[in-house]
Amino acid sequence: MTAPESYDGVVLCAPFSTPYQRYSLDTAHYWIATALRGSLRLADLSPKDLDGFSVSSFTLFPDTAVGLTQHLGLSPRWLDSIPMGGASAGVAVRRAARAIQCGDADVVACVAGDTNHIDSFRQLLSSFSRFAVDASYPYGYGGPNASFALLTDRYMHEFGATREDFGKICITQRENALRNPNAIMKKPLTMDQYLNARPISDPIALFDCVMPCAGAEAFLVTSEDFACKRRLPYAKLSAAIERHNAHHSDHIQLRGGWTVDIDTLWNQAGLGPSDIDLLQTYDDYPVICMMQIEDLGFCAKGGAADFLRDKNLTISGDFPHNTSGGQLSAGQAGAAGGFIGMVDAIRQVTGQANSTQVENAQHALVSGFGMINFDRGLCTSASILSTGALA
Amino acid sequence: MSTPLPRPKKKDPQKRSVAATRPPEMRSRAAMHLTAAAAEGRLVMQCCSECNELLYPPRDACSNCLSTDLSIQDIASGGQLIAETTIHASPRLFFRERLPWRTGTIKLDAGPVILAHVHPDVTKHARVQVEHRLDRAGQGVFLALPEQATPHMEDEPMMRELSANPKHRRIFLTDAKSPHAPALARALLKAGASEIYAGEPESWRPHPNAAVLKDLGVEILPMDVTDEASVRKIAGEIGGKTDILINTAQFMRPGGILSRGDTGFARDELEINYLGLMRLAQAFGPSMCARTADGVNSAVAWVNLLSVGALTNAQPFGAFSASQAGAYSISQALRSEFRSAGLRVMHVFSGPTEEDEWYQQLPPPKVTSNALGRAVVDGLERGLEDVWCGDIAKDFRDRFRRDPKVLERELTMGEDGA
Amino acid sequence: MSTLMDFASNIANGKTKVIDLTHTLDPDFPVIVLPPEFGQCARFRMEEISCYDHRGPAWKWHNISMSEHTGTHFDAPAHWISGRDLPNASVDEIDVKNFIGPICVIDCSDGANQNDDFELTVDIIKDWEAIHGTIPPNTWVFMRTGWSKRKGMEYLNMKEDGPHSPGPTPEAVRLLVEERDIRGFGVETVGTDAGQGAHYIPPYPAHFYLHGAGKFGLQCLCNLDQLPATGAVLLAAPLKIKNGTGSPLRVLALVDNE
Repeated sequence: MTAPESYDGVVLCAPFSTPYQRYSLDTAHYWIATALRGSLRLADLSPKDLDGFSVSSFTLFPDTAVGLTQHLGLSPRWLDSIPMGGASAGVAVRRAARAIQCGDADVVACVAGDTNHIDSFRQLLSSFSRFAVDASYPYGYGGPNASFALLTDRYMHEFGATREDFGKICITQRENALRNPNAIMKKPLTMDQYLNARPISDPIALFDCVMPCAGAEAFLVTSEDFACKRRLPYAKLSAAIERHNAHHSDHIQLRGGWTVDIDTLWNQAGLGPSDIDLLQTYDDYPVICMMQIEDLGFCAKGGAADFLRDKNLTISGDFPHNTSGGQLSAGQAGAAGGFIGMVDAIRQVTGQANSTQVENAQHALVSGFGMINFDRGLCTSASILSTGALA
Repeated sequence: MSTPLPRPKKKDPQKRSVAATRPPEMRSRAAMHLTAAAAEGRLVMQCCSECNELLYPPRDACSNCLSTDLSIQDIASGGQLIAETTIHASPRLFFRERLPWRTGTIKLDAGPVILAHVHPDVTKHARVQVEHRLDRAGQGVFLALPEQATPHMEDEPMMRELSANPKHRRIFLTDAKSPHAPALARALLKAGASEIYAGEPESWRPHPNAAVLKDLGVEILPMDVTDEASVRKIAGEIGGKTDILINTAQFMRPGGILSRGDTGFARDELEINYLGLMRLAQAFGPSMCARTADGVNSAVAWVNLLSVGALTNAQPFGAFSASQAGAYSISQALRSEFRSAGLRVMHVFSGPTEEDEWYQQLPPPKVTSNALGRAVVDGLERGLEDVWCGDIAKDFRDRFRRDPKVLERELTMGEDGA
Repeated sequence: MSTLMDFASNIANGKTKVIDLTHTLDPDFPVIVLPPEFGQCARFRMEEISCYDHRGPAWKWHNISMSEHTGTHFDAPAHWISGRDLPNASVDEIDVKNFIGPICVIDCSDGANQNDDFELTVDIIKDWEAIHGTIPPNTWVFMRTGWSKRKGMEYLNMKEDGPHSPGPTPEAVRLLVEERDIRGFGVETVGTDAGQGAHYIPPYPAHFYLHGAGKFGLQCLCNLDQLPATGAVLLAAPLKIKNGTGSPLRVLALVDNE
């Protein structure tokens, strides 16, 4: 495999999050437009200045990124659609970065957003993927909750993790969320509440699950020159990997695609796990957080529960994890759930994270995972962001 | 289950009946090849004909070599339960109404990994026996059962949803005078049917079954499938209590088209085999469809007994075969019309039968009423859709599937001439 | 007033009673059953076309189907092989004046009550004539048995060796046809012949001799117990079916009201 070129000269800036809303009468178009506008304003840009546009959304139907160009009055020379769920941000930055490096675009807006109507979740599930329709939904129609319950069951059986181990992740993310004014969840979570929560699909219970909501996240990818000229705080893209349908012969998913390219990630960044100041994992379920912690190289396979046992995962702790509260506590605004970690990481390494700021955050690792097609998540991505210019 | 399913209490007449809901019905075309096999109770996988890789979920090109030459193969039924979950929340009404529901990941001995319904008696991480059944949406699903059968295994609510089990159900045989009625009644009672009704046409003519059926406790009701008012009347009386309907009404005479000389017997064949079925469906269909979610003794299946002549015309019963083809087509229409309610239409095909005197001149092998009864019960217990009873029926099926035109030729050979 | 007008007003004022000798045509009424290899007599069937509903909002009607010989019915000479070559042998060609005429009723109910295969014999006829007078020519002769009161399986009364119901001996039929020149023979059973009529020589002698001589038959009659032995007048007009061998019909008897 060829070693990829570096991402030198490519930066991420103007991180914007809309407030999240449990149910919304508005459309994905509305939410995406709101986030796009917010991000452009942070960079003091107008839509006319945008020549690259990358969209991730589940509820845009019958439109795609194409429809949005006319809807929002954009005329980009570079247009992309990333339907990779929780892995979308990591993939979006790789695409946008290469466009910037080659001069195919000067400023790329990466946006992810979704609405949430009363029936959105059920409709989303009903035609999620062909393999899900044929081979997963007929068996109880438990949706991703059931699919990840199966993985959690196997993970617990193979590696001895307990519900308390998962609980720690959920509880500390809730603590972080309480410092995030945009987070949907506003009350603390105790281990007792976590363990005795309403069962959803054994062994997964209420607090292992994200709350679907409406909202959007956006940031801009551009050149270091461009950002400096406008005096924008920016993060450097130190490394980025993606992999899809890895380890497909594994009977059940206990590891993800990150293991295949993890050396490339660290080599590209010239860093190791101990250099990372905060970790944003894709947290659709705590078992996947553990999987990422292992597969990204923080500990051996199956060792995440032990590894985390003596760590403090809060913003002020020794292993800050999902500093915004993550999807589990801030909410999952559809495809924006795949962006929340990236957008927050940009804030963190540029010193713009306000009440959720990790002190002296210089390097952030953002991991993405998504698209459970049948019985496993197919898409994985990981990015390392480093401080470029502080706010 | 340690205790058998108790007989349901009488229905509270003041309560609203639960309306039918179904598991998801949507499937790709490739997946429906599996459903077709489940309809006959076969456990199959898609297989690449070039590299022999077994593929699941079903797809349109081999994920090993990209060949599009894919076929369906029977596979061994053993597997290992490697992960499981019990679902407590589902947005799909059918499952929501039946929570908690146990499902799991099975590593099949044959190779692929599948998701399946998991029987409550399966212990965690145990070895399992996998069966392929039709669910209430009429689509193929996998079911993981304990390796050794456990007591009252079939009585679990999950099993009741994946079968048309006659246990505790009330069954209507449409013609008490059918030569198969006594054997059917016996087999169904042995399988736990709670009540059997039988329609008796032309009560003004005696027949030997009357005493036999009466001894078995079968309730005889006057009904003639050629008399629209009679069918409606009986449907009005017992339609709401008919959980399984078995259409035993059949008129048959030997003869092709020319040898008959007239359309007299053909009219009777059509009146009874074709129009009779239609009248029954119009009269009993709606009430059965309304009760497919009506508890332990819900309405669950419509059974047609058909000659293999339905598939392809078989002399010396050419005219009769034509009426069977018509009945078969009606049954297929009923499959679509009963589908939304989840009412199963089961065909039991057989070749010549022993007890039907009109087959007297045909050589063996012939199907006995007892064998037919066992086939009906087995089909109901496994929720099958197409049952091939006896060697002739299986032979017809195999030849028809290989090449229907060749079978037509084989069955329409002439006499040796100059 | 003319005879006809008197006749009409007598019916209106009840001086002349109209007796219905017809069974209701309904799907459950038995029909004759032949060996299964032979063509069978169709049962009476009704199919609703509409009933003040979406199939026809303001009307109700049925399509009906039956055999010529279903229910209370008329047998024409063309019905039997012995009558095949006679002129005017089908229902559409019979002179209509034949459909109205006097009736003699021979009561065999006591005998039939005790013996399912009761025979109307020459002796019984002669005994009847001794009381009521010689049977006039061109009269209908009815064999009353009470059989019309039987329901269900008892009507055809089929045993392992076939049906058992009363009927005339060959000699009795020959007497009525050849010596008394009756117009037709009527019965309460499903056939003018006895249930076991196949075993006479010739088989089915009533059909054989009656139709061979151009005479008629009436079957499945009822209410014969409301008729006097003599003096009633029959109205029995079959449908005018082209080349028909018989038809279900409304059979009425007019009786003086004493």
